[in-house]
Amino acid sequence: MSPEAAIENGAFDSDNDRNIAGRPKDIPGWGMDADPENNPTYPMKSYTGADHERLKYERPPQQPLTVEILHSIERPGPTRVFGTSTPPQGISGHVRRFAFRYSESTYAHWVPLVLADRIDVVQGIIDDLKRGHIPNIFAEKGWNAEWKYNRAGLIKKIAVSAVVVTAVVVLLSRKKRRGLA
Amino acid sequence: MNYRGPFRVRADRNKPMPEILHPSDAIVRVTRSCICGSDLHLYHGLVPDTRVGMTFGHEFTGIVEEIGPNVQNLKVGDHVLVPFNIACGSCPFCKQELYGNCHESNPEATAVGGIFGYSHTAGGYDGGQAEYVRVPYADVGPVIIPKGMDLDDAVLLTDVTPTGYQAAEMGGIRKGDTVVVFGAGPVGIMAARCAWFFGAGRVIIIDHIEYRLEFAKTYSYCEAYNFKEMDDPVVFLKKATGGLGADVCIDAVGCDAAGNALQSLVGRKLPLTGGSATALHWAINSVKKGGIVSIVGVYGPLDTLVPIGNVVNKGLTIRANQASVKRLLPRLIDHVMAGRLNPKGLITHRIPLEEVAEGYHIFSAKRDNCIKPLLVPSSAQTA
Repeated sequence: MSPEAAIENGAFDSDNDRNIAGRPKDIPGWGMDADPENNPTYPMKSYTGADHERLKYERPPQQPLTVEILHSIERPGPTRVFGTSTPPQGISGHVRRFAFRYSESTYAHWVPLVLADRIDVVQGIIDDLKRGHIPNIFAEKGWNAEWKYNRAGLIKKIAVSAVVVTAVVVLLSRKKRRGLA
Repeated sequence: MNYRGPFRVRADRNKPMPEILHPSDAIVRVTRSCICGSDLHLYHGLVPDTRVGMTFGHEFTGIVEEIGPNVQNLKVGDHVLVPFNIACGSCPFCKQELYGNCHESNPEATAVGGIFGYSHTAGGYDGGQAEYVRVPYADVGPVIIPKGMDLDDAVLLTDVTPTGYQAAEMGGIRKGDTVVVFGAGPVGIMAARCAWFFGAGRVIIIDHIEYRLEFAKTYSYCEAYNFKEMDDPVVFLKKATGGLGADVCIDAVGCDAAGNALQSLVGRKLPLTGGSATALHWAINSVKKGGIVSIVGVYGPLDTLVPIGNVVNKGLTIRANQASVKRLLPRLIDHVMAGRLNPKGLITHRIPLEEVAEGYHIFSAKRDNCIKPLLVPSSAQTA
């Protein structure tokens, strides 16, 4: 039944659907975790009363800085542990270093990071080629699965793309010819 | 798994083995990992500072292969489930059991704690869609999988189950409340299921993918409606709740939401905002005055388009966070072991890790009625 039809048929007119008497046997665990103390300030209810001493906690040992780590200027230094995956490199690395001059509160931080991510894609392809690896874009996009589960859609997509590309090439070549004439 | 750019990933045998880099680290050999709905935000290129070459994956189980000298709670050979949060256990936020907000695990951003395989905005850690993974603060997060627990249940306790549960918990549900969940992905389905644990009187789930709505109806015992069949979801929900609005609305969609052309354009296509906030917009406008909106959907750090004026005028409470997995695990393990909760029932696809690109595509494009794909490394096919 469609949503609008359900309303028209009066499915929501009675309170029966909110009758909770049968729920415990209908639904395993119904109401087991209901907590009258769960008020909207949770989880601050675990407040220890020592908030003024919050900077005095015992910090874990520092992970050695073996790679370049960019850290938010909203904190004094790197955290005690951090990920070492994919340190900044190349042009995208320069853009990321620029971004980290600004706080997380600014577009000057986030927009360059998005830009750097896009530059990184091109760098990634160049790196692949340098290593002698030609990226299989078809496989990387998982189109084997598309071929399996949506073959007609994939063929249509490829056909439409081919038509659009052909049309653009034809249009451009005509303009070029006219320009030469 | 190796991320190569938006909509491109590949299996890569050339990545180096992870090493112990800190005395509290462990190295874990992965036995199960999942692709999470929030991984799709990375896959779609919506999370800033997602670098080419990273390995995603924040939902995984594995066997401890090596431990650092400070690790006391684990030993080599333990089979553990690893919460997606990387948490030190000693900072003020961890002490408050806010393990998703640890202050000592993410140098790149202060707004979020470290997360496995979730961009440099979440700490730059390689994740668990791999054969081996480095697990920092190994004494804090990982939990030994209880005897008798199915591995497929265990891997779903690392994120999707606690996130769905916390979504319901943050809703402050009172017995008899009407709860509306936006998004019938794995987290939304789990949130709808868990709303009953808190005594909900009625649970409604809203999405536009028909097979997911059908799945949710059965799995979560809830009403399920397709917003594409409505003129206006907010009006529909007002009519469905006697004109007052739902007591609790849960946003389990986040930045990839469909349903509004403007939001999709500026949040997903361009993207100029922190994501398409359509579900959150509907949640705010569908909840009753004085109601609670619980957000577990992931958004980027940029500003998003939400009707904040209505939040003020309706006197709403907004509650949101990354799930504090470690805090919730004892309760959830109890529910699973007692048979009240069946996380593995969400899994629809078991995919060899080597076919990770197909896995991402199937999940992202919603092919073959996919709800939750599970990746299994070749070394763990028999585990």
